[in-house]
Amino acid sequence: MTDETEELFQIEARQLAESLEAGLLDMKSRPDDKALIDSVFRDLHTLKGTGAMFGQTELAQFLHNFETAFEAVRDGQFPVTPVLINLGLRARDHAVSLLEGGPPDAGAPLLAELDALVTGAVPADTDAPADWRLTFRLAPDCLVLGTRPHTLLDELREMGASDIEPLLDRLPDLPDLRPDLLHIGWRMVLPGSRTEEEIREVFVFNETELVFDLSRATEDPTPHVKETAPSPQGGSAAPERAMMRVPAERLDEMMDRVGELVIAEARLSELVAQAGNPQLVAVAEEIQRLATGMRETTMSIRMTPIGSITGRFRRLIHDLNTTLGKQIEFETDGEDTKLDKTVIEMLADPLMHLIRNAADHGLEAAPDRRAMGKPDTGTIRLAARYSGAEVVITLSDDGRGLDPDRIRARAEARGLIAPDADMDVAKIQALILEPGFSTADTVTELSGRGVGMDVVKRTMEQLRASIDIESEPGHGTQIHMRLPLTLAIIDGLLVEIAGERYTIPLLAVEHIIELPEDHAAHDDGTRFLNIRDQLVPFLRMRDLLDSSGPPAPFQKVIVVTAGELRVGLTVDRIIGSSQTVIKQLSPLHSGLKIFSGATILGDGSVALILDVPQLVAFGQSRESMEAA
Amino acid sequence: MSGEILVIDDSDSVRRLVTSALRLAGYQTVEAPDGQIGLDKARSKMPSAVITDQNMPNLDGIGFIRAFRQLPGSAGVPVIFLSTENADTLKHKAREAGAIGWMTKPFDDRKLMSVVQKVLGR
Repeated sequence: MTDETEELFQIEARQLAESLEAGLLDMKSRPDDKALIDSVFRDLHTLKGTGAMFGQTELAQFLHNFETAFEAVRDGQFPVTPVLINLGLRARDHAVSLLEGGPPDAGAPLLAELDALVTGAVPADTDAPADWRLTFRLAPDCLVLGTRPHTLLDELREMGASDIEPLLDRLPDLPDLRPDLLHIGWRMVLPGSRTEEEIREVFVFNETELVFDLSRATEDPTPHVKETAPSPQGGSAAPERAMMRVPAERLDEMMDRVGELVIAEARLSELVAQAGNPQLVAVAEEIQRLATGMRETTMSIRMTPIGSITGRFRRLIHDLNTTLGKQIEFETDGEDTKLDKTVIEMLADPLMHLIRNAADHGLEAAPDRRAMGKPDTGTIRLAARYSGAEVVITLSDDGRGLDPDRIRARAEARGLIAPDADMDVAKIQALILEPGFSTADTVTELSGRGVGMDVVKRTMEQLRASIDIESEPGHGTQIHMRLPLTLAIIDGLLVEIAGERYTIPLLAVEHIIELPEDHAAHDDGTRFLNIRDQLVPFLRMRDLLDSSGPPAPFQKVIVVTAGELRVGLTVDRIIGSSQTVIKQLSPLHSGLKIFSGATILGDGSVALILDVPQLVAFGQSRESMEAA
Repeated sequence: MSGEILVIDDSDSVRRLVTSALRLAGYQTVEAPDGQIGLDKARSKMPSAVITDQNMPNLDGIGFIRAFRQLPGSAGVPVIFLSTENADTLKHKAREAGAIGWMTKPFDDRKLMSVVQKVLGR
């Protein structure tokens, strides 16, 4: 077996484990949903089968026994109860641990527990195993190579196959019919006494071209749709969509290469512009178009729905229900909102932390809630939606909210703010994100170790995301996170400040105006511009970047936004927009607060990317200092 | 089944072993000591199935299968591929060239017949 297939197996197994977990959690609210139970069963079974194929005998054996015990549930002899779901989740965790090479010891007691649970209700199922349901399709070109489907069918018949049905859904229209291609598949039932190995052996020479769906038939088989021959007009069923699983690192590699391509393309364009050869220009433009298309496709491949990580939050809430003794409902909205894979991955831990916090500190215990006139069950809600080229994720709870007085007192006690600092409620509430701040009076197992919230803040900074907290005491808390769709390549606005070039993320640019004459000369103390009847603070970037020499005669002000706030940045010249491949700054340079990264320009030189949220925060803080 | 099974192997003993087992089971056989001669035989009379070794002088098994698949009338004729090593890459190459089944040496009569029957039917 190659490393690659092993890797693929691990990915697949993890997905199955995740789907198994989600299914078990769903069973809580839909204990009578037969289809759901079947899908849980299917996941168990597939995981077992794949595990066996990849030499995970401990795993396969454990899941096999688990599956056997679970059959009573599937067959409706034992009801879905919270105890059973808990046991299922623990078994799923054990399976994951086995996958990771963990010790098998924990398996036996789990199985004993499950056995005791279900056999307490019904006698153990000692009947013969259920029949197999087999669907197979051979490679279309197999006839040319001498495969004789009827010999396979003969062999299967000898094994006791019954209810053999041809699958004709892939027969092409008659004009397209080629006598040398096989378009027919078959479906049948095989006796449960046959082993999976025996059945697979029939297809030993057809393995690579087999669509093989082998699953134990249920008591209540899915409705048996009799195949009918398609009309001469043809195609009865839409072709299945082909899907492929790819290790995530491949996508990262691909993104890196596309990044290099974009940079190379920019250099090419620059050289071509100098050469002035119209034919060359045409080719360069074509390459530019292709590179842009390539970039877009790659980015779209990397887009992952938020739903891919909400499963673990649901599990967290499930576990918290028990640990905290609170009743918590977890709601999600906009789970299909997509973000770049890297963003999603980086987001998982902070969200986990915030949800824990909300459950632990935010939601009150049931008696307190009742006293407030709230329902016993507290709600934590995770919602995601698109907003321009950003995604806004809102985590809200209907708990006690943030108490500004308490936060202020604590922040003062911790020396985070001066005792007489003049701060509005929002600023005070934002203090909970500061390192070393913790509101819990007692440190619980779950949260409140004094670390965590600052990790949330740091991650958001790395993600170039903004985070706002909105809370009304007694009525819960809402945390809004605005995230860029991607971290890899952005559209940038290239500007010149004191002879150096910088890039500003185009998404953040609201508009551009000329710096009025009267402010142009040098720092005359003016810090605000009147833009469309609004006073907007502005930063003289030349001064901020410590450059000497006279400014350009016609400076521009680029108004950028972060969240709800705006700030103007003065620059000497606007060069134009360009695709910007973001390179992270080395840890050595990460202390440079006003830059979020660097990019390589067409001529091979480096331009720093201005960190807009940081600059806006800086401009605003100066404003409030002055207002004070 | 009608027609002959073409057995190609440079080892006389292996070839004899295979053909005698096939004859005992009622098949007719024709032999060739390498891929090139095998190809000539197939050209003059299309066999109903082929069993070919890999390592042979003049034209090896995979080379034979590729050339054989170009012959008119070879469509639908199954080729079983013999190899000494049980290497997946080689099997894969044989499959790509147009083989349908394989057998790893050493094998006994029973194994041979089970593979032949699997491919040709009973």
